[in-house]
Amino acid sequence: MRNIILFIRRFFVLFIFLLLQVLSIAILVKYNRTYEAAFANNANEIIGRIDKQYNKVHEYFTLKKTNEQLAQQNRELLNLLKSEYGGADTASFFKIDSLLRDTLGRVQRFHFLEARVVNNSVNEENNYITISRGAKQGVKKDMGVLGANGVVGRVILVSDNYSVIMSMLNRNSKISARLKNDTASNSSVDWDGRNPSYVTLHNVSKSAKVKKGDTAVTSNFSTTFPQGLMVGTVYDIATDPSSNFYVLRLKTAANFYNLQYVYLIENTQWTEQHALEAQIPKNER
Amino acid sequence: MSSLLKNIIRFVLFILVQAFVLNKVPALHHFVKPWLYFLFILWLPFSLPRLAVLTVAFIFGLSMDYFMGTPGLHAAPCVLIAYLRPFVLNLLLPQEKTEFSYAEPSIKSLGFTPYLVYVLLLTLIHNAYLIFIEWMQFGDFLYFIGKVGGTTVISVLLIFITEMLFPRKARYRTNAA
Repeated sequence: MRNIILFIRRFFVLFIFLLLQVLSIAILVKYNRTYEAAFANNANEIIGRIDKQYNKVHEYFTLKKTNEQLAQQNRELLNLLKSEYGGADTASFFKIDSLLRDTLGRVQRFHFLEARVVNNSVNEENNYITISRGAKQGVKKDMGVLGANGVVGRVILVSDNYSVIMSMLNRNSKISARLKNDTASNSSVDWDGRNPSYVTLHNVSKSAKVKKGDTAVTSNFSTTFPQGLMVGTVYDIATDPSSNFYVLRLKTAANFYNLQYVYLIENTQWTEQHALEAQIPKNER
Repeated sequence: MSSLLKNIIRFVLFILVQAFVLNKVPALHHFVKPWLYFLFILWLPFSLPRLAVLTVAFIFGLSMDYFMGTPGLHAAPCVLIAYLRPFVLNLLLPQEKTEFSYAEPSIKSLGFTPYLVYVLLLTLIHNAYLIFIEWMQFGDFLYFIGKVGGTTVISVLLIFITEMLFPRKARYRTNAA
């Protein structure tokens, strides 16, 4: 017994070192697996507040570009206004009431919320974005996130007043997408961790006619995004000799360097769809 | 200024500079990533007990992690270099002296070449371990070697620029003090 105590006392520092190492690796593994480690949520609030202060300063540097993007987006939205379309208006007046149903009785499936970016990274292997809008302001986990020009990512952590978004520039990110003129393939977008301006589109069938500059949009199979949102444009076409698919490099539509405002997309039928799909019996999957 | 107060200010400054200046610099290449924050651990005073160095490094690494959104990723390498620090210092400090005449490791207290070796060795270990943990998720050996090389060169460069920009007053400790 005495020898054991002597042994422990002799190598006490080594033991503490090993303990701390195991502790940090354990935190890392737990966090990476679930994204819901309890302490990440607490820290989120404090760090979010510091990030917000920093962002107040940083915002000025990208103000001009942000304004241009907003103006451009405004122009696009104005073009979509009903009143801009000519022709005889035989339908009754267009109105969106508080129930969010249109005149044909269709329920709006996707709701949009705007949010301010308070922290954003592009240089990491796994990039995350923090926004100053949280559970109290209607953010839920797994909401899609849209930038001024294109898809940005997906909400993974929500605290009371802040949320963390897994950016499209993340090794774990996978977004269902397709080429605009090729409705046959169900492909997906991920990031190889190299250049923040380019992502990779996998599983595009070789039968599709692909040209440089083609547009990739979110697919109709995505539950987080409405279909047809801009993801990027084809920059480089490579064929995978071992399979029947193209590997396409896309230039991202969203500019991740100066994100200031993003739009959160809520799918009102998300819960229903996932609950139904979870009910598929095991032997019929 | 007392050593404790000085180190608390350094703790905050290093984290803020890393989180809000160096991490916001647009990357030249995905191999080149400026890491400087661990210089805080290299600058801790000699007189701190080994156990305290380990604990401080762990807390420091974890605070860094909160800003990066990756709990544990920076804490592990920080603890590792904090553990190895006394061994490296033992090798490099002049052997004939029985006690340290300076408060903390610097060019003045160690001499230029030993200090360079000290910085280079611990930077290499820190970056290699950090990238190794990152790399476990996606194996690409060329990426590992390239990134360790690239980041180490940038880190050492930054450390010596910091040394030149902010010369620390390394006072000679006398018995009278």
